[in-house]
Amino acid sequence: MNGSNGGRASGDVWVLGEARQLGECAPTLAELSGKAREMADSLGAVTGEARRVIVVMLLDSAAERLARPEEAARSGADGAMIVRGDRLPSDRAACGRILAHLAGLHEPCIILAGATAYGRSVMPYAAALLGTGLTADCTGLSIEPGTGLLLQTRPAIGGNITATIKTPCRRPQMATVRPGTFKAPPSSEGRAFETAEPDVPAELFRSGARYVSFADFSESDRTLEDRDVVVSGGRGLRRADGFRLISELASLLDAGVGASRPAVEMKWIGYPHQVGLSGRVVSPKVYIAAGISGSVQHMAGMQTSECVVSINRDPDAQIFGISDVAICGDLYDVIPRLIGRIRKKLEVLE
Amino acid sequence: MRIAVLMKQVPDTDDVKMDAERGTMIRDGVGGIVNPLDLNALEAAVGLRGEGGSIVVVSMGPPAAEEVLREGLALGADRAILATDRAFAGCDSLSTSRVLAAVLKRDGVPDLVIAGGKATDGETGQVGPEVAALLGMPVADNVTRLSACPDGVEVECTLEDGILTQRLPMPCLVTVQSDINSPSLPTLSGKKRASAAEVERVSASDLGMAPPDTGLDASPTRVVRITSQRVARQPEKFFAKKSDSLEKGLDRIMEILEASGAIGRGGGAVERL
Repeated sequence: MNGSNGGRASGDVWVLGEARQLGECAPTLAELSGKAREMADSLGAVTGEARRVIVVMLLDSAAERLARPEEAARSGADGAMIVRGDRLPSDRAACGRILAHLAGLHEPCIILAGATAYGRSVMPYAAALLGTGLTADCTGLSIEPGTGLLLQTRPAIGGNITATIKTPCRRPQMATVRPGTFKAPPSSEGRAFETAEPDVPAELFRSGARYVSFADFSESDRTLEDRDVVVSGGRGLRRADGFRLISELASLLDAGVGASRPAVEMKWIGYPHQVGLSGRVVSPKVYIAAGISGSVQHMAGMQTSECVVSINRDPDAQIFGISDVAICGDLYDVIPRLIGRIRKKLEVLE
Repeated sequence: MRIAVLMKQVPDTDDVKMDAERGTMIRDGVGGIVNPLDLNALEAAVGLRGEGGSIVVVSMGPPAAEEVLREGLALGADRAILATDRAFAGCDSLSTSRVLAAVLKRDGVPDLVIAGGKATDGETGQVGPEVAALLGMPVADNVTRLSACPDGVEVECTLEDGILTQRLPMPCLVTVQSDINSPSLPTLSGKKRASAAEVERVSASDLGMAPPDTGLDASPTRVVRITSQRVARQPEKFFAKKSDSLEKGLDRIMEILEASGAIGRGGGAVERL
């Protein structure tokens, strides 16, 4: 194999769907199906052969009731391959083996998954078994004109540089994609959708991992990656109960509460809320940073947000350099007024 | 329990400075440190080792990476193995995983492998699950609690939507997050022991590997381009001290929030009931 045959490699574009413990499909499915459609079409143009978008879902009975892979048809998928097994999604090694088995049989040219806890376990497991390349946590994907190779971009060194990576000689080309990177396409009707339930050797289903229990987070503990809006506080809060104000604003916006590392280190709030290189990496529609100066460490975790609003007393705060709206002032003056505005708006809406 | 902990030397990027013009990291004066999550991994191993158990710390890297293994020894590891060879240069995550898996096999596959969830330099988080796959082990990632149970280990994994508890039979591999524990500092006696201890070195030929089966040539991924990040935005600036400026700023924020659909979508409504 060599790089020039990349575009001629046979195969479809796969999206690994993800059924969460409570059953619903993770929101990444529509985003990735839409992107996969786009890539399948550009590949088709390069190679002159139509490429399909196939959703692969590994489900158990709990997930089966709620997960609806066929909905991916509205984002551009042509079909789904569904494998069912008791407690399957939580057994990452079994999922990795099954995905590798299916990919070995059907030879897709690309497999995408969300860079979620699930995707970031199952994809490397499968990639290692397939002996192929995997690029983690991509924030951009495209098809290279001419070669038809998948170009994968991802931030590195704390978000200070962007690396473009490809897998020239191995198939499939695999990537996990940061949730929220691509917009789900507008829903379209009428695409034919075929569902297959392939036979998978029984020994692949059990890695030995045994499910014990699952405790779902309360709404406020839901992790930040899934949120459309994140409101974060930092050292500028000056005291632990500053997070009450942050939480009040967040609850009005159905937003997640984030924090900078200093705020977590001072134990004002728990580690699951930490945004940054050593915490969560988020890419919401709106990120509101209050009292956060903008260390490299923090910005690596939020700079791909669609829109950044920051509030800081320091007119030279680094965070302003990656903000769309910068309010120079004391957050204790600004946020209560913002809350007042939102409440007023909500009353009008009612 | 025989435990192996995977460790990596990373640049101390905590206060990383960038050369804005070239888009490169200023490495002068930036030392190599143990990847922070690997210290959590080692701390978890020390807690689990038990009587008669042993911990081996394993790394792949240049000869200087021996330092991080000495730190591992100072923190309680019994042995250290460094896979180091020019032939390993240019390894991507899969090739690195192949080297580490080969080291573990050569040393006798341990009951439990613990790794940090990701390294602060590459940030792929792929080496753990890839090593598990190559060794045919079950894997649990995002582990925030780890304890021994009769047939193996019980782990709590902190996922996006909740906490998954599962049991893995041995041998198995887990990758940990930082809230699993607070790493200890090395003791004086630990440091003394570490400086006297031997770090075993393993070369490519010891593992039966040679290019093109290891290093860059064996790595399926290629970096084709590096560009400096230009997430620089020109903010609209408003000043809270000037009340008309603040009002305009609040107007802008409201526009943004409304455009994103964040207002009147449930959270607020629930609170007002």
